Amino acid sequence: MSKFPVPDDSCEYFDQEHETMTREQIEALQVERLRDTIKRCQKNPVYKKRLAEADITPESIQTVADVRKLPFTTKQDLRENYPFGLACVPLRDCVRLHSSSGTTGNPTVILHTQNDLDEWANQVARNLWMIGLRPSDVFQNSSGYGMFTGGLGFQYGAERLGMLTVPAAAGNSLRQIKFMKDFGTTAVHAVPSYVTRLYEVMQETGVDPRKDLKLKALAIGAEPHSEAQRQRIEQMLGVKAYNSFGMSEMCGPGVGFECKEQNGLHFWEDYYIVEIVNPDTLEPVPDGEIGELVLTSICREAMPLLRYRTRDLTRVLGRTCACGRNHIRLDRMKGRSDDMMVLRGVNIFPIQIEKILMNFKELASNYLITLTTDDDNDNMTVEVELEELFTDDYGRLQELKREVTRQLKDEILLTPIVKLVPKGTLPVSEGKAVRVVDKRKVYQ
Amino acid sequence: MTIRQISVFIDDKAGSLVRVLDVLKEEGHQIITSTLTDSPEFAIYRVLCTDPDKAYESLHKAGFNVMMPDVFALVVDDEPGMAARAIGVIAEEGISVRYMYSFLLGGKGILVLRTHQTNKAQEVITLAKLKQASESELKSLMEQSI
Repeated sequence: MSKFPVPDDSCEYFDQEHETMTREQIEALQVERLRDTIKRCQKNPVYKKRLAEADITPESIQTVADVRKLPFTTKQDLRENYPFGLACVPLRDCVRLHSSSGTTGNPTVILHTQNDLDEWANQVARNLWMIGLRPSDVFQNSSGYGMFTGGLGFQYGAERLGMLTVPAAAGNSLRQIKFMKDFGTTAVHAVPSYVTRLYEVMQETGVDPRKDLKLKALAIGAEPHSEAQRQRIEQMLGVKAYNSFGMSEMCGPGVGFECKEQNGLHFWEDYYIVEIVNPDTLEPVPDGEIGELVLTSICREAMPLLRYRTRDLTRVLGRTCACGRNHIRLDRMKGRSDDMMVLRGVNIFPIQIEKILMNFKELASNYLITLTTDDDNDNMTVEVELEELFTDDYGRLQELKREVTRQLKDEILLTPIVKLVPKGTLPVSEGKAVRVVDKRKVYQ
Repeated sequence: MTIRQISVFIDDKAGSLVRVLDVLKEEGHQIITSTLTDSPEFAIYRVLCTDPDKAYESLHKAGFNVMMPDVFALVVDDEPGMAARAIGVIAEEGISVRYMYSFLLGGKGILVLRTHQTNKAQEVITLAKLKQASESELKSLMEQSI
């Protein structure tokens, strides 16, 4: 099943059988695949114990709603079982691992069998086909490679579709633009802020994307962006930009993608069971109401995750679509149910900032992180209160500021704007300090 | 002999300086002189008060980032070139001045300066027989001039 032939160009669907299933067919397949997944999970000691405690066997699943009987899995579980504790197959059957940066503790590791990689490529290929790309297209992947799944994920997916695929990776904008011109690139995948950057460089170097390039479509994702930002990108480059959702825990990019209707992201329910729950009560919320996205991967072999709490907030827009696909449509991500920030594609937790600030005895414990969008660039400002005035030398205070900036940059890989502020000037609400103010327009 | 100055860390938001001045006013402190330079984001407001201990206490209690560094107060005649001579003596010994401000009090020029190497600077000042004002001298000059 993993290597079915690529359809004719005229076909609307890459995987017509699965993409055009009716709701009843989707749900029947989900029940079958969830049962198989539970069988696989029972081979892992951690899952085995949990499933036994919850009195779950494959037969416990009669309808898709029975997924709610299963215990949740969290990022903390991945950390505690680092690196291979949640593997459901022997390591000799695994061919790849991806890992998160692990900046807030143990990194998380996600294992893949060859079949997992093939299915991942199928999902990405399905998405790219859906937005009109065909084997004759030239796909430039301007996304980070290495441990970041946006690189290899799109690479294998674009190759699976049959496109000439350029692993341009991120950075070096001049070279990116030269590639686009020289190779006749028709589609680009990048984080939205990088697309904006590329456009700026095009303007500076006199490249008109509408005349000098052959672009047909863009895939943008991996960092939150607003509908307005998307429309700006579309106006800049003169092509449609489609929102992509992925997370390494599920595989990477490919989990959800917009079709040409651009009315929400189709989450592939032959691969995942999608739930939206109230993050406090963990009870399901009605369609249309915002809640936390919970995903169960029902096709993965190496490391299926049961009811994984993504911490992303979204809502159900519908379960049918004019494109003919009946896979659930979710709204663009509306925020986070934890305090993680996504800035220029980098995941950052306030605790990382706090840890660095605590190293400086000159600084007080109260700080405020403000995220802003200036000229389409996301910026982070870190204001921190001075503890005691240790010097009245302006130069030495500036040196302190520079050192704080440098250490923060080493930690979060982005250069924040650091401001030293007097004691008692940062907001404190109800005795609990407000740590993050997100003024970006990304969640609109 | 040095005198104690009050240094307060303030940000560039409107009203920051007023908050400091309000505390000094409410607690009845007398300002001899003060200085604030235009620096981006944050600034240090430096002030000489007739009773630095109490002024420090008031500002500290009010929650300000405040410190009380030792500075030199040189007394020079109110004539051209006197400041240049005083600073020149210190510079010749390779001691750099971190900041300086000056004002007139009772017909005398007062140069307030903070240097690197405070001990060495004191030796140089003593050797060159530069006249220094004590806190009590400043206070009485202040009272005379009112």
